[in-house]
Formats: sequence, structure tokens, C-alpha cells
Amino acid sequence: MTTTTTLTPGEPTVTARTLAGARDLPTRPSVRETVSQSLALAWRALLKMRRNPEQLVDVTFQPLLFTAMFAYIFGGAISGSVSDYLPLLIPGILAQTALTACMATGIQLREDMDKGVFDRFKSLPIARIAPLVGPAVADLVRYGTAATLTILAGLAMGYRPAGGLLGVVAGWLLTLVAGWSLAWIFTWLGTVARSAQAVQGISMMVMFPLTFLSNAFVPADTLPGWLQAFVRFNPVSHVVTAVRDLLNSGAVTGDVGWALLGCALVVAVFGTLSVRTYSRKM
Amino acid sequence: MTTNTTSQRGAAVHARGLVKTFGRVRAVDGIDLDVHRGEVFGVLGPNGAGKTTTLQMLATLLPMDGGNAEVLGVDVREHPHVVRQLLGVTGQYASVDENLTARENLRLFGRLLGLSSTQARSTAEDLLGRFGLEDAADRAIAKFSGGMRRRLDLAASLISRPPLIFLDEPTTGLDPRTRGQMWDTIRELVRDGCTVLLTTQYLDEADQLADRVAVIDQGRKVAEGTPDELKSQVGSSSLQLRLVDPAHTADAVEVVRGLVAEQPTLTPEAGGITVPLADANRAADVLIGLRQRDLPISSAAVHKPTLDEVFLALTGHGTEDTRPEPEMEPTR
Repeated sequence: MTTTTTLTPGEPTVTARTLAGARDLPTRPSVRETVSQSLALAWRALLKMRRNPEQLVDVTFQPLLFTAMFAYIFGGAISGSVSDYLPLLIPGILAQTALTACMATGIQLREDMDKGVFDRFKSLPIARIAPLVGPAVADLVRYGTAATLTILAGLAMGYRPAGGLLGVVAGWLLTLVAGWSLAWIFTWLGTVARSAQAVQGISMMVMFPLTFLSNAFVPADTLPGWLQAFVRFNPVSHVVTAVRDLLNSGAVTGDVGWALLGCALVVAVFGTLSVRTYSRKM
Repeated sequence: MTTNTTSQRGAAVHARGLVKTFGRVRAVDGIDLDVHRGEVFGVLGPNGAGKTTTLQMLATLLPMDGGNAEVLGVDVREHPHVVRQLLGVTGQYASVDENLTARENLRLFGRLLGLSSTQARSTAEDLLGRFGLEDAADRAIAKFSGGMRRRLDLAASLISRPPLIFLDEPTTGLDPRTRGQMWDTIRELVRDGCTVLLTTQYLDEADQLADRVAVIDQGRKVAEGTPDELKSQVGSSSLQLRLVDPAHTADAVEVVRGLVAEQPTLTPEAGGITVPLADANRAADVLIGLRQRDLPISSAAVHKPTLDEVFLALTGHGTEDTRPEPEMEPTR
């Protein structure tokens, strides 16, 4: 074991009697090790993505299709015209495609965990969270692709965001942060469910209410009162509002803060739950 | 803070009363194991005996439901992260990433074990060479044969040069030639100073490789010792003789009875005599006695009981033949 150990002073260690004599080994991975292990596993996830490009269908064709479909179907009814609907719709589609992309995170994790390689991950002296964080980091590529294509589709259809380049970049970044954060809900589902199909089924039931019971596609004030209450509580609504403000006026409103807070909360709760169920399942 | 743990100084594995239950089934039901450093310890038993479960508990892959264990002096339950730094684990089913090539797999595990990018690359090359996988290094693992996968899996377990290696049925499903190669590799590891704990359902494998063997049946340890000790537990060896002249048979029987006080079995027409021996060393006495009476023999052999017979004697049932069809190595 000449390789794994980088002892930090003050870290708790335990003496093991190896053939080379007694050696002090750390009792848990350091933060630095955890980061580098997560990045190594992100590299693995990216290699997988490159080998199976069909995995990217949900972040390429779907945003293009949905943007066009929703704009032409609902545009006239909700905003009077397609061009008036786009400023409302594009941030909504951004949130929706990010959520759909998150869903795949959970399903793929479940499929992965059933394979032998996860046994090896468990037997290695690596942070328990690394096999969960690694794929999540790699999935930023997916959220980025989805967000970029949605914005491009909007621009092609005549959307002219008043927030300018800076506003668009900020909205794009917030979409990525939101996608990465909300993915922990699906990662947790991936660790608790028994099969990839089960994850898919449950994820649908989580994803649809989160997307449609928000202000993503319609103004919330058209909804009945009880529904408005849920919509206001839904973190997706805050993300959508914040992205709308950034894209359409370049304004960093309070909703950006609420969106980030909601995301942080989701990560804290579901990240903890995920690691706990994952470690227990070994 | 340095925690000192107490156990026997020389123990690589020291486990007491290991228990694992799955629902109502006690898969492992109070197993004690002591593996000394530098030895190959074999856990022998039929399918479903609890071998793999025992190994997984010791490797921190399954929580223990009862008992306690130390690996190189470190408590498994208390310090799993430390135990993982001391172990190389090769599972029953190759635990490598099918989406990656052999080279990428080894690089990934190297990176995870804290090697720098360059170190991981050179370690991967070394191991690919050592395990004869250079030619297949960039091929999809899905196209690997069973033997190649198993070699890659073992290579991945050696990246960190662990002092203790767990091998779960290392040759199950391999053809005889590949199995022989795997045995050579395991012997090399021991020469390099590793301690090896392996499970197997093949008696000849335990006989070939293990210094000591624990026989496990239905979650319990039913016997332990060197392969030879186990064999001598069940009955005796036997001396098989063939006389040059079958007419000497009666004289020869007289000599044998005078020396070992046992009734030999005869195949008179061929001049064959089988002498049961409580002690294999008495064979020499019999041979000398025959020589002194000038009764020439054409062949003599001491036959020891096989571990198959041992298993039957210990458990009251044989090792069900669960050996799968050997996999063929694809032609290159």
C-alpha cells in the first residue's frame, strides 16, 4: 500500500500490522481524496457517455421537440401569440429538460449498481459518496447540452431575451445548478428502488408534478388557490422564475436566492439520504 | 489518535463467531477463522455453504450480524476504511467495468487508489504485461473470455499491492489450462509475500494451493487443517502391490499379516495385493519384509484418500457436481 495513503497530521489513524511492519492508516478518506475520487468516477461516466451516444437523445432531440411543440400548441392560447409566449416558455422548458435529464441519472445509477464493478467500488478504500457524485458531475454535460439546445431553439423561433448575453449565461448556469441539485432526488430513488424500471416509474411520478405543478408553462395566477400554494412551494417554480428574470430582464431577483436555497436544501436532504442508503446496501 | 487493537500477533485474519442471516436463513452460522500471514488459506465447501458471504463480511462488503473480525490487527466493523486499504478483493463474477477497455479499467482503479495520472498509466501497463493482456488492452471487455476477465479482475486487485488478497472462487468456470495459469499466478503472489484467502468448491484446487483448509457446510465450519491432515482424518492410506509371480501370493500375505496385522485384499490371478495402512510409513516395512523373503514385486504405490472422500466423510454428503461447462478461450 505505497499508494493510497496521504496522512494529514491530526487525522485519526489505526495501526495495521502489514508484512512490511506496522503502518498507520487513515480511518476515513480526506476531502482532497474524496474530490479526486469523484473526478475519476466522473471521467468514467464521460467515457461511458461517449461510448453510448444514444444516451444523449433525451438532452438533444427532446428539448428541440418540446420547445417547438409547446410554443405552437399553447402559444396562442396562453399568451396570444407564439412570440409572446417564448419568454414565458423557454425558462419553463429549461427546467423541464433539466429535470428529465436528472431522471436518467437515477435510472442509470440503478443499472450501474447492479453490475459487478460497483462491488469493486465498495471494496476500494474510497469515499462512499464518490460513486454517487462522480456520475452527477459528468451529467453536467447533459444538462449543459439540454440547456444550450433549448436556448438555441428559442432563438431560432424568434425569442430575443432582453437580459442580453450576460442574462442568458446566468440563466444557463442556474439551470445547470438546479439540474445537478434536483438530480439528488433521483439519485436517492436509484439507491432505494429495486430495479431500473422501478426507478423510471417512480421518477415519472415525481418529475411530472414537479414540472407541471409549477409556473413552468402557465402563469400561476390562472390556477385554483390550493394549487397555487403548492406551486409557490415547489422549488422548480423558483428556479423557473429566477431563470425568467435573468433571461428576460437580466435582473438578479430574490427568486434567484430562493432557487439556490431550495437547491441547497434538496442536495442536503437527498444527498445525505442517498449516501446513507447506498452505504447500507453494501 | 492511534488505536491499538489486540489479537494474535501473526494473524492476517482473526474472526470469531461470524454470523450472517438472510431472512430466516443463517447463511453463516458462527464461523471462526484464523489465517496466518504468508499462507494460502482455503475455504472449501459446496455451492451455498456460506463461503462467499463469509468473505464479503471480512471484506466489509456485507455487515456482520454477529461475531467479530480483525484483518491484520484492524477491527473490520470499527474501521472498514482501514481494512479496505489492506485488501485486494477479486469476486466470483469479474467486477470490472464493461463499458471501459482493460487499460481504462486499470487506470480508473489506479486513480481511485490515489495514483497520479502518470503512475496510474504506468501501473496499468505493468499489470497488462504481467497478466498477458497487452494485445487485448484496448478491446471491449464484453468480448473477453472468462479467463481474460478473471485475469483483468485479479490485476485490478493488485494495483495497490495489498498485503492480503481475497479470491472468491478464482477458477470457477475456467477451462483446465486457464485454471493452471491462475494457480501459477496465485503461487507467485504468495512468493511475493502476500497472504491469500481463497474460497473454492474444487477439492483439487484446495489440495494444490492451500497450506490450510477450512471445510464449510451449511454455514458452519466442519473441519480445519492441512489438506494432508484432513485426508488422514478419514481413514487410512493403502499400499498397492503387484507380485512378479502370482504363485507367491500366499507367502506375501503371510509376510504382510506378520508386519501390519491387517488382512490385505487380494486380486490373486494378477498377483495384486492391497494393504490398508494406518500409517503410511509402514509401507517401507512391508517392502523390506518382502525383499527379505525374496518375493519380488513389479510395482508398489501408496494411495491416499482424496478430499472428495474427506468431504463425504465429514458432512455425510458429497460435493454436488456444480461445475459449469468450461469456457473456451477465443482463438486470437
